[in-house]
Amino acid sequence: MNWSSLSEFLSMGGYGFYVWGSYAMTLICIIGEILLISNRRRTLEKQYGHTSGLDKKRDINETTS
Amino acid sequence: MAINWFKYSSPASFYSLAGKMIPLFAAAAIILLIMGLYVGFFVAPTDFQQGEAYRIIFIHVPAAWMSMFLYVVMACWAGFGLAFNTRLSSMMATAIAPTGAMFTFLALWTGSLWGKPMWGTWWVWDARLTSELILLFLYIGFMSLQAAIDDPRRADKAGAIIALVGVVNIPIIYFSVQWWNTLHQGASVSVNQAPAMASTMLMGMLIMVFASWMYSIAVILKRVRIIILERESHTAWVAELQKEGVV
Repeated sequence: MNWSSLSEFLSMGGYGFYVWGSYAMTLICIIGEILLISNRRRTLEKQYGHTSGLDKKRDINETTS
Repeated sequence: MAINWFKYSSPASFYSLAGKMIPLFAAAAIILLIMGLYVGFFVAPTDFQQGEAYRIIFIHVPAAWMSMFLYVVMACWAGFGLAFNTRLSSMMATAIAPTGAMFTFLALWTGSLWGKPMWGTWWVWDARLTSELILLFLYIGFMSLQAAIDDPRRADKAGAIIALVGVVNIPIIYFSVQWWNTLHQGASVSVNQAPAMASTMLMGMLIMVFASWMYSIAVILKRVRIIILERESHTAWVAELQKEGVV
């Protein structure tokens, strides 16, 4: 266990800015990529939704309620 | 029992196969990521020279390896698509490019943040860094070339040309540290000699490399399924999927 306290862990031996700057950018890129893909999927489904009544659940609710 | 090798080369069957595989790869990626970060930060010791700054290695090296590896895989798929005129191969190449570009950018970013404390500079026109930057431009060139052409089939062919021509850059990046006198250090890990690294550091790095593999496969399969739907929207099986509302 290299770190005795959280602050020591965050300071990362004085290189905290560089280490956490790298890890933060990695996190941003990965989350960004995943969001971009799910966004692309949503626009696709919206596109299909209009053309072929994709969101069947709503249709069912309307008829039953 | 003759194996039908081409069963999964049809977009429809590959679509369902990929759908089943994504959760497995995503789960493996998360598990390996947690293990890799734990070993990297809590098991691997402080470096006698670089202190704690070396811990950037746990994302810099996986990102750099992935940027090169994904480009080669992309060029292979593009080559298959060009040679055999198989739509799904070209779709795979198109799906790989953004993830490859992301890893290239990450390799440059983390490398620059590592270079500042250790070399005293964010950037230097060093053979390794410059060839990696060219790799980023190649990825962006591939993506923008494909985006500029409306007809997907023609875009695939054009993309395949730039991908195949750009492959020559990969060995240049890999061997740049040996061919030129570079500021960037040589290969600490190579196939023909023992790695010049402490075992726990190496362990953490390799776990992160496998985590990045699993992540890439999951993300690329996810993206290729969307590309399949976008391009095959006129087909019966996609219409079938839409009716079931399970797209």
